[in-house]
Amino acid sequence: MTTPAKKRKQQRLLLIIIALVLLSVVAALMMRAMEDGITFFISPTEIAENGKAVGERFRLGGLVEEGSVSSEENGLVILFNVTDTLNSTPVRYRDILPDLFREGQGVIAEGSLNADGVFIADKVLAKHDENYMPPEVMDILERAENYDENKDENN
Amino acid sequence: MHKYANPARFNRLANAILPWSFGVMAIAFAYGLYQALVASPPDYQQGETVRIMYIHVPSAWMSLAVYMVLASASFVSLVWRHPLADIAAKASAPVGATFTALALFTGSLWGKPMWGTYWEWDARMTSVLILLFLYFGYMALWRSIDDQQKAAKAAAILAIVGVINVPIIKFSVEWWNTIHQPASVMRMGGPTIDGSMLIPLFTMFIAFHAYFITLLLWRMKAELNERKIQIMKENEVLGQ
Repeated sequence: MTTPAKKRKQQRLLLIIIALVLLSVVAALMMRAMEDGITFFISPTEIAENGKAVGERFRLGGLVEEGSVSSEENGLVILFNVTDTLNSTPVRYRDILPDLFREGQGVIAEGSLNADGVFIADKVLAKHDENYMPPEVMDILERAENYDENKDENN
Repeated sequence: MHKYANPARFNRLANAILPWSFGVMAIAFAYGLYQALVASPPDYQQGETVRIMYIHVPSAWMSLAVYMVLASASFVSLVWRHPLADIAAKASAPVGATFTALALFTGSLWGKPMWGTYWEWDARMTSVLILLFLYFGYMALWRSIDDQQKAAKAAAILAIVGVINVPIIKFSVEWWNTIHQPASVMRMGGPTIDGSMLIPLFTMFIAFHAYFITLLLWRMKAELNERKIQIMKENEVLGQ
């Protein structure tokens, strides 16, 4: 192999590496600038901190607060709180809920706040977590948890 | 410089690997699909719908893995001008595009019953759709330029630029709020999938990898033969 050929190879290698580094910087800056657009939903705490105008459409995400689910008009309207454990926002929704909707599970609601600070949702999506297991394993886990709780109460 | 980096040697190597990769693929698919669709337990939250995972997760994994093969081969082709690297990159593109389409399609079918929607423009789904378009763009570049060497160069540059999208897809579920849940298998602290589901899933991973290796070698052999025919035709024309 001749030396000029080797030199050209090194130049090409260097060129590609520099181009990739620059490209990564550009991509990172673009993603920072577009952060609000890329973020799919905001949390109740972000609403509390930054505020949202009445009628402004956005997606609200968090957990369905335990014990907060109730219904109105013979079950046609569902009321629940979305919480991020720091703050919670009341949600009102008049449609069919997805299968995975349950207390303590993740949820994303699309709509806007009304004048009373209630989030009027016209779309509710359930969020799944990253845990997968058969029902029997869940039973065992739950039993172990109850056992621990009983032990704590007895002490 | 010679036209190929010794295609005879590549053919010998490919012929030695192919029976093995094909065998592993057949066995892993048979066992994995039976485990995934019949023998493995339903999920405590999702019930039987969880079985989509055994196709969706390996497809999504392969969509990224094949892209890394494509981009690495493109890199080798650009820097060292290795003709076999060109052929490897070109041969892997349609396979990767198919895995990506399969991941999007099965994800959509899974999203409707679980989340309540076929499609949302969240960071994970949007970045995977961009990956599919990168594959299409790569394939289109090869077809749109007649000169093979120029086509290889242009396509390789596109493939390397597209590498930026790979970490974005992988970490999208951690960097931003998305509807898609975070990783369950390739994550810090080990998988969050029960062993009775993890073993069928890994079997499917092996099957998908063996499938890709088999298809890649077949396609590379076919591409080499095609180029050989092309050169024979050109020599015939010149000889007249």
